[in-house]
Amino acid sequence: MWNEEIECMSREDIFELQLKKLQATVKRAFDKIPFYTEKYTNANVFPEDIETLKDIEKLPFLTKDDLRACYPFGMFAVDKKEIIEVHSSSGTTGKPVVSGYTQNDIDNWGEIVARGLTMMGLDADDIIQNTHGYGLFTGGFGVHYGAHRLGATIIPISTGQTRRQIEIMADFGTTCLIFTPSYGIYLGEVAKEEGIDFDNLGLKAIGFGAEMWTSEMRDRIEDTFKTKAYNIYGLTELMGPGLGIECSAQNGLHIAEDFFYPEIIDSNTGNTLPEGTHGELVLTNLERESMPVIRFRTKDLTALHYDTCECGRTLARMERITGRSDDMIKVKGVAVFPSQIEKALLNVSDIEPHYQIIVTRPDIMDEIEIKVEASESLFSDDVKEMMEVKRKISEYIQNEIGISVNVSLVAPKSIPRSTKGKIQRVIDKRNLH
Amino acid sequence: MYKITQLSIFLENKRGNLYNTLNLLAENSINIRALSLADTTEFGILRLVVQDPIKAKKILEEHWYIVKNTPIVGAKLDDTSGRLSSVLKILNDEEIDLEYIYAFTHEKTEKAILLLQAEDLDNLISILNAYKVPLVPSEEVYNL
Ligand SMILES: [Zn+2]
Repeated sequence: MWNEEIECMSREDIFELQLKKLQATVKRAFDKIPFYTEKYTNANVFPEDIETLKDIEKLPFLTKDDLRACYPFGMFAVDKKEIIEVHSSSGTTGKPVVSGYTQNDIDNWGEIVARGLTMMGLDADDIIQNTHGYGLFTGGFGVHYGAHRLGATIIPISTGQTRRQIEIMADFGTTCLIFTPSYGIYLGEVAKEEGIDFDNLGLKAIGFGAEMWTSEMRDRIEDTFKTKAYNIYGLTELMGPGLGIECSAQNGLHIAEDFFYPEIIDSNTGNTLPEGTHGELVLTNLERESMPVIRFRTKDLTALHYDTCECGRTLARMERITGRSDDMIKVKGVAVFPSQIEKALLNVSDIEPHYQIIVTRPDIMDEIEIKVEASESLFSDDVKEMMEVKRKISEYIQNEIGISVNVSLVAPKSIPRSTKGKIQRVIDKRNLH
Repeated sequence: MYKITQLSIFLENKRGNLYNTLNLLAENSINIRALSLADTTEFGILRLVVQDPIKAKKILEEHWYIVKNTPIVGAKLDDTSGRLSSVLKILNDEEIDLEYIYAFTHEKTEKAILLLQAEDLDNLISILNAYKVPLVPSEEVYNL
């Protein structure tokens, strides 16, 4: 274990430590950042109101729009000369969010990820090939700083150059690969073509994240690379990748609770939900000099567990992210997530087909149509076979979401794309307001 | 030499789609020898025999069509009535399951050419050969 004192601390001590850090954080934010001064004053809540951890619920939430409104440096609590690095999350709509780091923030990031890499079974002898991108997005940096702290060797190769990745993997004796699930699946296929024998390559672990994934994808990755794959979660607003990492038990991601305070809320009411209940993850920085983010709504859906893990750690575990609160649609009273549709579609095609969910209410009952763009692998010269593909898609989706759907196969590129090439996953044509 | 490369194209069943596809080929000077459309209420499979299947496939794919090469065979029929049914009788007797058939007329010889697709195409060819049903070489079909 990298830091047994913290990672196995009793729950009482963790909560006590968190309360102290929370009080200090709220006070600093209120004193130093006009945005918080105004927001908390308007809500009539002040730093001295935080007497217990539960009092955090008195504080208003912070949304991505709030952070955008502070673009670029409005959320900084320190003088600009203290900031040694900035990152930015992608702005699909409007301005991006800027995230700043002091030297201590970077050091802490390294500490947090070093713990996680240790959970994955790595140490100073390991060679980590990091295929996450290095750029303005935090992508590759979490594992990079973590590997430095751990004393392992990091290969900052970034994404792409797949054949070179494979060559380096074999020549350098990579023991850990870091990738996104979709790039990992691709890398595995090319490596097999190149005749790489993963039984003999000696990989010890895979760290993957940055994308939604299914347990089928994990099975496939572990099967290809002949080693265990561990989930890494993070988001630029709070730090970056590594704020949650899976341990050998592969039963949820441990959150570094001395640096983050996690909550689960009901997306609609904003009420805090009890342990084990699924809802939206809300996160608070407990020790961030540059930019304390307090009660940030991640829109990621998960649940938290506080029982001691098989691995011996007492730090809370979050479940794998199963969806985004803003993606969820209720059809016939059932919550449906695009990730469920994706999972079903992966059963009929290796490459995830492009799709769109269209919800209508022609009369009084909801109807759901899934448009799936035909592709090479879904197309055949035989009408019967095509009808069978359609039938299978409907069946898999129905098994996944529990309600029947109409599937239609449409021409490639026929679902409208945004200028950035993204498909709007859900079109809700019901007039519910 | 008797296997003709047919292009199978996925088409959404929308007004104008068939026209657009054929027009795209015409604009690129691809001559169509034979055509058949199998459709359902929502999508169809357009099957084409063209002069230059490689070029046609490339053009279609550049325009995001899904195209598959499907080998088929062409049998020459005398335009006498009863010839079609006699060929079908042979295949029925030999227990060949045809996936589909369509036909067109050879402009120069004015003979009908019957295009056939079966799961086991090699078997189909040998049976037609055994019964002396004349097959059309693929080159001849492309260059009619
Ligand atoms: Zn654990």
